[in-house]
Amino acid sequence: MAERSFKAEVEHLRKGSGDVFTGEGILALTKALLENGVGYVGGYQGAPISHLMDVLADAQDLMGELGVRFEANASEAAAAAMLAASVHYPIRGAVTFKGSVGVNVASDALANLASSGVNGGALVIVGEDYGEGSSIMQERSYGFAMKSQFWLLDPRPNLPSIVKAVGDGFALSEASNTPVMLMVRIRSCHVTGSFETSDNVPPPLSVQDALANPQRDFKRVVLPPMSYAHEHDKIDNRWPAAEKFILDNKLNERFGPESGKVGIMCLGGMYNGVIRALQRLGLADISGNTSVPLYVLNVTYPIVKSDVVDFCKGKEAVLLVEEGQPEFIEQQIGAMLYKEGATTRLEGKGIFPKAGEYTGQIMFDGLEAFVRQYAPDLLPAKVLAPNTPKTELPDLTKSVPIRPPGFCTGCPERPIFASLKLAEQELGPRQITGDIGCHLFACLPPFEIGGSTMGYGLGPASNAAFDGGGEHRAISILGDGGFWHNGLSSSIGNMVFNKSDSVAIIVDNYYSAATGGQDVLSSRAQNSTKSTNHPISKALEGVGVEWIRQIDRTYDVTQMRAAIREALTTDYKGPKVIVASSECMLNRQRREKPLRNKAIADGKRVETPRFGVDQDVCTGDHACIRLSGCPSLSLKKLDDPLRDDPVAHIDQSCVGCGNCGEVADAAILCPSFYEAKVVHNPTVFETWLTGLRKKVISWLQNRRAGKRLTFSGEAL
Amino acid sequence: MSLALPLDAQPTDPALEGIIKLAVMAVGGQGGGVLTNWIESLARSQGYHCQATSVAGVAQRTGATIYYIEMAPGDVAAPVFSLAPAAGDVDIAIAAEMMEAGRAIIRGFVTPDRTTLIASTHRMLAVSEKTVPGDGMASSDEVRAAAEVASQKLILADMDRAAVKVGSVISASLFGALAGSEALPFKREAFEEAIRTGGKGVEASLRAFAAGYDLAQNGEPAKPVEEKPVQQEIVAPKGPADIQSEWARLEARVAALPETVRVMAAAGLTKVVDFQDCAYGSEYLDRLEALVKADTAEREYELSCEAAKYIANAMAYDDVIRVADLKTRPQRFDRIEAEMGVGNDNVMHLTDYLHPRAEEIVGLLPEKLGRKMENDPAWMKRIDRWFNRGRRLRTDSLRGFAMLYFLGGLRNWRLKTLRHKMEQDHLNDWLQMVAGYLPDRYGMAVEILRCRRLIKGYSDTHARGLSKFDKVLSGARMVEDREDGPQWVARLREAALKDEKGTELDGALKTVESFTG
Ligand code: SF4
Repeated sequence: MAERSFKAEVEHLRKGSGDVFTGEGILALTKALLENGVGYVGGYQGAPISHLMDVLADAQDLMGELGVRFEANASEAAAAAMLAASVHYPIRGAVTFKGSVGVNVASDALANLASSGVNGGALVIVGEDYGEGSSIMQERSYGFAMKSQFWLLDPRPNLPSIVKAVGDGFALSEASNTPVMLMVRIRSCHVTGSFETSDNVPPPLSVQDALANPQRDFKRVVLPPMSYAHEHDKIDNRWPAAEKFILDNKLNERFGPESGKVGIMCLGGMYNGVIRALQRLGLADISGNTSVPLYVLNVTYPIVKSDVVDFCKGKEAVLLVEEGQPEFIEQQIGAMLYKEGATTRLEGKGIFPKAGEYTGQIMFDGLEAFVRQYAPDLLPAKVLAPNTPKTELPDLTKSVPIRPPGFCTGCPERPIFASLKLAEQELGPRQITGDIGCHLFACLPPFEIGGSTMGYGLGPASNAAFDGGGEHRAISILGDGGFWHNGLSSSIGNMVFNKSDSVAIIVDNYYSAATGGQDVLSSRAQNSTKSTNHPISKALEGVGVEWIRQIDRTYDVTQMRAAIREALTTDYKGPKVIVASSECMLNRQRREKPLRNKAIADGKRVETPRFGVDQDVCTGDHACIRLSGCPSLSLKKLDDPLRDDPVAHIDQSCVGCGNCGEVADAAILCPSFYEAKVVHNPTVFETWLTGLRKKVISWLQNRRAGKRLTFSGEAL
Repeated sequence: MSLALPLDAQPTDPALEGIIKLAVMAVGGQGGGVLTNWIESLARSQGYHCQATSVAGVAQRTGATIYYIEMAPGDVAAPVFSLAPAAGDVDIAIAAEMMEAGRAIIRGFVTPDRTTLIASTHRMLAVSEKTVPGDGMASSDEVRAAAEVASQKLILADMDRAAVKVGSVISASLFGALAGSEALPFKREAFEEAIRTGGKGVEASLRAFAAGYDLAQNGEPAKPVEEKPVQQEIVAPKGPADIQSEWARLEARVAALPETVRVMAAAGLTKVVDFQDCAYGSEYLDRLEALVKADTAEREYELSCEAAKYIANAMAYDDVIRVADLKTRPQRFDRIEAEMGVGNDNVMHLTDYLHPRAEEIVGLLPEKLGRKMENDPAWMKRIDRWFNRGRRLRTDSLRGFAMLYFLGGLRNWRLKTLRHKMEQDHLNDWLQMVAGYLPDRYGMAVEILRCRRLIKGYSDTHARGLSKFDKVLSGARMVEDREDGPQWVARLREAALKDEKGTELDGALKTVESFTG
């Protein structure tokens, strides 16, 4: 089950005509799919659309009632391939994944789909993960739309526009027999707002109905000579049909005065940022009414030439607000204007930086520079002649530490990397590659393990050059999410087939944890709609891995290190795979905490462990932290004039995972750590025994205190 | 670098002034989402348009995260809101941790012309601050000073403690502080209603809300005047009369020291006596007094103060006996029970994680025997096999306690052990080196004393500390004749504390070698 539940919100998806829905973008998207008679949905989780997958999963009952099939696809490629149902059947289908990595993974299916063309509306909802907070390489999905011929929608980031785009997308797809990508940027996925709902529409033809009546048409198959015909069909028929649909239905929008000396063209997704800058420049009011003509491209591919030329007509200069690079749209529009012999100046990159997110400041500076250059008369006096210089603020960039993401409190992956670090200390450094997932945090301090990541499930594959072995074996990391996504074949199969001498460590935390705790095949949870509990080790055996070590408690650092040591030193030639399994602590706590609290309240015997550090024993070297980084293990400055350095300290948030004690033991660090296990509702015998122990212990303690001085502090 | 602030743009639409822009800077896992939901539902309940966004993703795993909210009065027609905060354009910044407040300032979200900054002063240390072998903690004071300049209105208090004290979390106390700041045009009741509508943990949240509200309105109560006596010797230790009188004699010797040295000497003496006994304390004072004699008031007894501190630390070294002694004291049990919230109706199991090595065992033997074994690999191997194992000792059980109690009781035996002899030799060599620099090279003597800070930890960590200490001292010898020798020693020491492996120290030593040739 996913980290965040949308069960309550999903109820709002039942709203009908005349109601108003208030909530997040991803819920609005789901509602729009249902209102537009979608027949099947699917996808693969990843920020920013992980929660869209969670919403869909939580809405399964409702979808079942409507006859909509939901599939939690094994990967983005699987999701894109599912759209094949819309090739022959007039069924609307939608899948979702993150851009641009999801598009990369899905590219094979996407390209085939685009070549075949579709009958029913096919929508790919791409959550574009670009800019601040992004966890992937900074690229655009746009290039895929161009190369495979997908239409690309980038609606204004408000709920009514996003909802409208879903309907437009299906209709455009059907009108032009072309799949459509609907791009939602990271912030639009979680933007809140309201829109007027309409009734949900069951699919006119459900996937079950379609099965009863199979259809095929070899003209749709990507095989010569049909594939040559597809290419011509794309250009001769589908493209013009799309342009016509876009113009007829006014999918792109114009705001502000009809004509003007200058104009601004922006991608739908950039609209709010543009308006905010215009507002700050005194060129737009609070509701977005602007005094500069504005052309909003809700469809960013294809760019309709006639419309662009029309907007530019009579304007001295236009500014294109297009974030990211390459500046695909600017190049297209530039060529269009040039071929048209237009005299309008096209501005874009140059005024705006080529790379990077268009933040509020960049947007403001860009628009201000543009207007100042081409139409300074538009600017209010205040902007033209800024008064008083701003106060200089002290520079804190040197003192405020960076705070990249890291392992959570009690994370079961921490001891794996502590063990690996210890093994490296013992045997020397190794070539290590990482993979995608929480475990990638291990490349940051304090572990600094792994120097590359080539893609989801590709950890071991990216060590393939070293598969032949040598003096030191290479190590790669792979998560359970990545394993099932692609790793089993691309990484493990590759190792087996090539007789790799390397070591792979599979981090099995029972979930696709980094994306929000969705279930995968090897999840231990019982899931009513999915089949789980398929052990990774069995899959490994199945593909021919012979050397497998299954660790069922990653917190056992001594054992974990021993397994790694063995893998690195054994005489066995061939792939060595360690499966390190322990449940994601975030999900475990979320599951167990309410149960535990209830059990305590009900008077049941419950043990709650927590760790601590004896501050007088700790000498303040922080070696433990260099093998942990747990948020709960922090530092404390002592009120003791004899001490220079802060000592380790464990706060209340510790979940008692045990890593602290295990590491102190395995690395022989220090005797400062202790585990205090509080027993709630102890048995009568236990209470009696504790009382007896306490009596004897305090007798001994008093005896000793009688022979020495006791100072007020514990130790001074 | 100064922060680039935007032009003094003046919107022409006065309604734009009605937009309230609010940014929440939090650390993943702090409940920034809950706070955002409350603010949003509050604004909507008051008839405002409101939009919230966040970047949900991997940063939510303990990284720095931002939530952003805009709202405008309901009578405005379809306002267009921004999805991200812009530098110089934020009305209210809420920082759920002190360094996040600093980050808000760096990013220009706090400006003197408009921003109310509400920040919690507590610290959640970043990994980079914690891993330094020395003290790598960032300075809250610097952020505080910047916040005072940068904000129009400033509310700074420990919102985390305020919430935890009443059994809740920081999102609730920050929400209270937001109400208390009066930066939003809504009544307190409306805020509380938003919490109730949210429906989860309402009572606890309301308590924390009230605490936060109070802190915003009245500020943090001034810290109670330190009750701690200025001079440590006033706290009389408990114990049998004969030892008490011995202690009194030692105290008298401390009282005879120059005034500036007394506080540190008293602390040092207490530590040493607590470690061993009064006779050992007397030894400590002998060593200290010798250095005090060589010191002068002109230098404000800097040497003596450092000697008082570091000789005590050196004499109260961390051996098995000390650890066992500390772990069996009643005060320890009381502290842990209090910390873990153990009351009458629950019990506690206490497990200590110990891992003795052959070195520690041999260190307990009498000097001669110990040395012999130490130099005999076969014996060391054997002892290692017997003892070198992670041991989890249930210190609350009679067996476990008795074992540690016995070890702690070896105090009377300690002065005969090999470990003690080794520590003594080390101490004497070090003090001899210090004495060698007196009286002419006073600065060098002080710095050499301070190098003792490098020796800490157990087993490998201890060994690493010792080797760093030796390296710094060898560096010191290279620069001892130079005018700026002491500064160089200080620099070497600081470098040694920067990283575990001593890479910085090696670099610094290279520099020293390059000019001393
Ligand atoms: S035992 Fe240590 S690593 Fe585990 S949760 Fe507690 S502080 Fe964190």
